[in-house]
Amino acid sequence: MTTLDSPKTTAAAATATLTLDGATVEFTLGETLYEVCQREQRHVPTLCYDERLDAFGACRLCVVEVEGVRNPVASCTTKAAAGMVVRSNPARIDKFRRTLLEMVASENRETEVDAERGHASQELSGLIERYDARRDRFRGKQSGKSKLDDSNPFILRDYDLCISCYRCVRVCAEQEGDYAISIKGRGFHTQITVEFDGDLRESACTFCGQCVQTCPTGALADKKALEAKELPGEIELTRTVCPYCGVGCSIDLMTKGDKVIGSRPAMDGPANRGALCVKGQFGFDFIQHPERLQHPLVRGDDGELRRATWDEALDRAAKGFVEAKKNHGRKSVYAIASGRAPHEAAYATQKFVRVGFLSNHVDNCSRS
Amino acid sequence: MSNPLVDMQKPDVIFCIGTNMTECHPVAATGLKKAIAHGAKMIVADPRRIGLVKMAELYLPIRVGSDVALLLAMAHVIDRDGLVDETFVHERTRDFEAFRAHLRDFTPAWAAKICEVPAADIERAARLYGQAERGAIYYTLGITEHICGVDNVQSLCNLALMTGNIGREGTGINPMRGQNNIQGAGDCGAIPNNFPGFQSVLVEEHQRKFKEAWGVEVDRELGMTKIAALDHCGKSIRAMLIDGENTVVSDPDRDHCDHALRALDHLVVIDIFRTETAELADVVLPATSWGETDGVCTNTERRVQRLRAAVPPMGESKPDWWIIAEIAKRMGLAGFEWQSAKDVFNELCSISPIYAGLDWDRIDKGEYHWPVPTPDHPGTPRLHEDGFVNGRGVFKVLSYRDPAETIDEEYPVWLTTGRRLSIYHTNTQTGRAAGLPWLQSEEELEVHPDDVVAWGLEDGAFVHLTSRRGSVRIKVKATERSPRGTVFCSFSFNATPVNVLTGSGYDPLTETAELKVCAVRIEGVARVEAGS
Repeated sequence: MTTLDSPKTTAAAATATLTLDGATVEFTLGETLYEVCQREQRHVPTLCYDERLDAFGACRLCVVEVEGVRNPVASCTTKAAAGMVVRSNPARIDKFRRTLLEMVASENRETEVDAERGHASQELSGLIERYDARRDRFRGKQSGKSKLDDSNPFILRDYDLCISCYRCVRVCAEQEGDYAISIKGRGFHTQITVEFDGDLRESACTFCGQCVQTCPTGALADKKALEAKELPGEIELTRTVCPYCGVGCSIDLMTKGDKVIGSRPAMDGPANRGALCVKGQFGFDFIQHPERLQHPLVRGDDGELRRATWDEALDRAAKGFVEAKKNHGRKSVYAIASGRAPHEAAYATQKFVRVGFLSNHVDNCSRS
Repeated sequence: MSNPLVDMQKPDVIFCIGTNMTECHPVAATGLKKAIAHGAKMIVADPRRIGLVKMAELYLPIRVGSDVALLLAMAHVIDRDGLVDETFVHERTRDFEAFRAHLRDFTPAWAAKICEVPAADIERAARLYGQAERGAIYYTLGITEHICGVDNVQSLCNLALMTGNIGREGTGINPMRGQNNIQGAGDCGAIPNNFPGFQSVLVEEHQRKFKEAWGVEVDRELGMTKIAALDHCGKSIRAMLIDGENTVVSDPDRDHCDHALRALDHLVVIDIFRTETAELADVVLPATSWGETDGVCTNTERRVQRLRAAVPPMGESKPDWWIIAEIAKRMGLAGFEWQSAKDVFNELCSISPIYAGLDWDRIDKGEYHWPVPTPDHPGTPRLHEDGFVNGRGVFKVLSYRDPAETIDEEYPVWLTTGRRLSIYHTNTQTGRAAGLPWLQSEEELEVHPDDVVAWGLEDGAFVHLTSRRGSVRIKVKATERSPRGTVFCSFSFNATPVNVLTGSGYDPLTETAELKVCAVRIEGVARVEAGS
């Protein structure tokens, strides 16, 4: 597992060298060959790997050649050792990977899936394309049976696309700590499920969505984002920070054109490293809700709020404060800043009071 | 938090008190789960059998509002059993001897009667935390929303100081902040006692600095807290600006709050929805939402991060800072000529010592924890490593006192309030997110199954829940999450306005409301009404 050490606490670690594709490279003791290859910018494909999880060594796609070892080794589970001679992409490994991918593809109903499904949903289709793997070379049995009748509004359980990499099971246990997802059966009978084969709502699932975002085939998919799959245009991501609690999880907000279609955890978010909760993952669509206030309102003579122009509303707002100050003194005006709005709102609010009324009559919502 | 979020994976003993972290800060809780998976032991003190309890080595189901008694007795045991970190106490603290003398009478047997947990468990908790190599304390509003909120926090500080569990990796006193930028609102000076950067308004040097920066005679007196201001509405307070807060639903004693805002001559509300509070305003100004606004926020570990707009603003909505600046300019005020959020943030950095090393561009990747006093400073993920700001950590001598309201014959049941996983605060945002209402669409009063029987209630039926301040109608849910004699609900649904009941008292120093305790009675709703 990747631990999130801050630089100040990381002891100077011992290093050694090995030979990678003919070049001498340095590594830190304890690193895997995969980590070394990543740092040296070698392309090494994976399907069961998620850098936040314990290495699993199941998909075998990350194999590399190590001199003196007869068979290719899984780089994700092999620790780098001093003096090793490693080849990351010799022709025979390339061929081996293609065959493996063809076997994986034969298990899968569909490899081309909508990008809305999830963060990692294009991994399998991307590799099949890159290795020019044939989907019809093997005629294997299919494992995994979809559970499309789960009526939850968030997570599509399209297990026909499952390749049994167990990333969902592992992320739920190792990262989220909910242990909601389990495995039934082995081999072609493998089925990803939850307790008693039931719906997610009846399980320990908290709908954090981490399984959706780590799934490399789109078998687990974001139902809310999929509603936008017919919208024209490419998905764009904007890095921001979740608007709910104080943990400050980084989010990549998904848009198509001017429409917000979903939310994804930022895998490199400093406070969350790919994690979100149900609110951050699925609670985004208040942004463009039809009930949003879209123009200023002022209270009319009839006592009702009515639409106004910005000029009218701002003049009215300013006039009320000026009158209060004139009639009741500078300390008759008070302001409450938001704990939800950005710094700039809070800073402007307190400056408004301190400069406008020469008082410290300002607070925020932290006392209730 | 004194320590960064990454430290949550590193304690060997975790002490969670008054924090329902798996629901209120779920992603932070994953750090604790990892620590526990790697062998850490956790003590959980909470009146309710919350999600964390399942993972705890030791659970202390304390009576609501009895935290100080528990923490005094734990300190007593730590001292009695020789678990005090004498070196740390000697080198880094002061006033320990007075505190030590004070502790003598506060035995676990004394506390057990108040907290309603076995004395042996209090002893065990004290020894677990006292013997920790890296002991970390986490708390939330279960500690602060009491009349003794300050005493609760200081009691936790006493424990950390006497065991040396501060200023090191995997230790600390760690409040989990509830709102995305509540830390930032304080950082920016939106508090009645401090200018931006926690510079006290009472200090002459700060007054001079801000007079120079803003070109006005800044006030030399403390402002009122929000709670006091609401009490003075219609009297000394005549006009109010509320930015992005649904005060009427979120604050204690709703009727009082509603009357207060109606008593104003002038109320201006800036918000993204027409909230219950906006309905009372003279002027309502539409703000841009999260996702439409560029800006900055600070999280619970003091990490300063960028918010970025992904879509254009809806309708005519405008950023909050722009709206406030426009009002100021129309009043003839100078100093509000900002062209962008960047201008506003950079002005803040120029006058806040904790942000002095930051600017808009430097925080692009969110790597810095304040304080960042100079541009070459790496930031401060962990506070108090080399010393305390004021020199030494001070032990506070304090004693237990009852909540503002205790149960009696007329109001025989404790009510405590809180939050739920899928709903945020007054539900103005989560209630408008597709799918989330599917998880929970109405509020329920959590009652222990034995009490449901003993009080003649029915699971799923409606009851009247009544305190000295008001009454609400609410559906009963039988669950062992509530202890016997204490019931729970959230304040998130306007249809079940639980804050008409709360507001029994306030902390005398911070004026934070005692939202976590009030005395209530429960009466069944006649069947005719239940069916109507």
